[in-house]
Amino acid sequence: MGSYVIKGARPLGGPATDILIEDGLVTQVGPVTASGAQVIDADGLIALPGLVDLHTHLREPGREDAETVETGTRAAAMGGWTAVHAMANTDPVADTAGVVEQVWRLGREYGWVDVRPVGAVTVGLAGERLAELGAMADSAAGVRVFSDDGHCVWDPVLMRRALEYVKAFDGVVAQHAQEPRLTEGAQMHEGSVSAELGLTGWPAVAEEAIIARDVLLAGHVGSRLHVCHVSTAGSVEILRWAKGRGIDVTAEVTPHHLLLTDELVRSYDPVFKVNPPLRTAADVQAVREALADGTIDIVATDHAPHPVEAKDCEWGVASMGMTGLETALSIVQEAMVDTGLLTWDQVADRMSVKPARIGRVASQGRPIAAGEPAHLTLVDPTARWECDPATQATMGRNSPVRGRTMHGRVVATIYAGRPTVLDGVLNEALSEVPL
Amino acid sequence: MRHLLSTADLSQAEAIQILDVADQMAATQKREIKKLPTLRGRTVVNLFYEDSTRTRISFEAAAKRLSADVINFSAKGSSVSKGESLKDTALTLKAMGADAVVVRHSVSGAPHRLAHAGWIDGTIVNAGDGTHEHPTQALLDAYTLRQRLVPDAIGADLKGKRVAIVGDVLHSRVARSNVTLLNTLGAEVVLVTPPTLLPVGIDHWPCTTSYDLDDVVNGGHGDLDAVMMLRVQRERMHDAFFPSAREYSRRYGLDARRMNRLPEGALVMHPGPMNRGLEITAEAADSPRSTIVEQVANGVAVRMAVLYLLLSGQAEGKDA
Repeated sequence: MGSYVIKGARPLGGPATDILIEDGLVTQVGPVTASGAQVIDADGLIALPGLVDLHTHLREPGREDAETVETGTRAAAMGGWTAVHAMANTDPVADTAGVVEQVWRLGREYGWVDVRPVGAVTVGLAGERLAELGAMADSAAGVRVFSDDGHCVWDPVLMRRALEYVKAFDGVVAQHAQEPRLTEGAQMHEGSVSAELGLTGWPAVAEEAIIARDVLLAGHVGSRLHVCHVSTAGSVEILRWAKGRGIDVTAEVTPHHLLLTDELVRSYDPVFKVNPPLRTAADVQAVREALADGTIDIVATDHAPHPVEAKDCEWGVASMGMTGLETALSIVQEAMVDTGLLTWDQVADRMSVKPARIGRVASQGRPIAAGEPAHLTLVDPTARWECDPATQATMGRNSPVRGRTMHGRVVATIYAGRPTVLDGVLNEALSEVPL
Repeated sequence: MRHLLSTADLSQAEAIQILDVADQMAATQKREIKKLPTLRGRTVVNLFYEDSTRTRISFEAAAKRLSADVINFSAKGSSVSKGESLKDTALTLKAMGADAVVVRHSVSGAPHRLAHAGWIDGTIVNAGDGTHEHPTQALLDAYTLRQRLVPDAIGADLKGKRVAIVGDVLHSRVARSNVTLLNTLGAEVVLVTPPTLLPVGIDHWPCTTSYDLDDVVNGGHGDLDAVMMLRVQRERMHDAFFPSAREYSRRYGLDARRMNRLPEGALVMHPGPMNRGLEITAEAADSPRSTIVEQVANGVAVRMAVLYLLLSGQAEGKDA
């Protein structure tokens, strides 16, 4: 493996310095002179630990028309990520050791980021009986995050058992909080816009009721709970209460819920159709503040690519979901950094350190210091660019920020000592991924 | 005005213009020869994804009396039932040279999507989309109200008139279009509905609401000029919107007893098709106050006006 010296970067937004990378490790942080290493000019760039996404849909196996492990991980690298957690709602569902190992091996084969498969909580995501969580945990993929994402683990007994069972291997259940009966046929956030547009509402209470139940369950059995894509002000209040009680709960927010509101649905353009739905401006403000004060722990993309035809139709029949890997950091900069709500140090915490900790990815989310694995992201916060889905690495064209002027750009991503992205374009994948 | 998708797109002047032109159209329909040459050579497609015989034949009659060529494209017996997308159907209609597409769809916003997705160039007329809007129904209701309640109708609005809309507002595209249009025309609207059938998030709607039909009929919200009954589907009781059809009738149905307490001259309206015995009894539906049959006749005149204003304006290269 080569050696690189990153010249003049600002680690976590601090003072500029040099970072020497040799054989996949950071070997020196400080002025580096004449090392013979390849120079990466990072004058004015922020250096962050490589970003870790706890919530990515890579679609393979089964929906390779939407995304593959290869295209999804290329997109991840472009977005500054060095690890992604691949959600379980593939076809076949990732509910066995065989499927999670397949996805894990594909990730290693392509070598763009560390692919960490998420295992399904229940067989076939059907919510009826537990999948073999232990087998997935013990597999080569070493699964620690379990989720039926796309479906809520609605049955309270099943949820309780899952929360208890994963304690045996330090796992976490990541809940898609959606009361199914309250959201039958739901098309968008239930409120003044849905009333006008005549679209069936997805009430905030359907999310909040499940979160309230689950934090109580997690507290009762002493388990770790993670809440996916928190979208409402009421959910934030419940999480704040639970954390105050010492319940071991973590939560994520998506970039789109930090930026966009249900007013966009007035266009009836299905690119804005997503689950949970875009909420109101007051909800956006609440989740921003919660991310700033730590009530919401992390940003996770819920990157959900779809083939064009799934969105090029009328709202009611369109698929739910938005892409996010290549725009997440820019949205976080716009919504959180440029508004003064987060420092770059805190961005590193919310997008790398904490998600790595929740997912038990020991080698990632590490300090930028000598002796640490070299997973780094270099960001130019002054850059402005227009989002054009046609030029993105993801196969999905369903970006809700298409045409928008984005704040800040990922200039380079370094995964295990290798620049996967350099000068804002894909460079080279890792040929041999360290275990 | 390029399309008619929602009554919210209409200014008061535009709405009055449509009603005035409808008045002229209605006058022509009293002649022996009803057909006008206005839209000769233009093609109007009725694209119906839902069964609605009355709305489709009303649009068909309107287009034909303006001498347009009419193509009826219904979901049954077409490629739609084989799973063709709305986009591909739109591209087909574009290739066939449709000047206007009148669309009825079960999905809210489908006409908006047709008008704005770039699939088709023609004028789009919303003939009812999901639980969103049904603008020509609201226009014909406003036309009927004005004709019956305003002595010098031409050029007039509905200022000072008070209309109660009674029934399943949650699932009603007719109610949404009417609330907006009646407000635009200066009328007051009272929505009367069981709490389960009132949408969440309507605080800013330009109307008042009540759960008590007797109170509203007795003048609790002021003297009524008309009561508009909405169709209620019996199946709704399976989703627990109300306990039984009988209880719904008792609390929210219009029977002779309630009708007779309305002020003299107050109208009884229904967009049809009616569930006699559920939201309205035969005595109310067939009474002299009832405008239900007139509404159907007025529908043709109003739709003639809409097609005329949209398509003739386009022909002259200006906004109608």
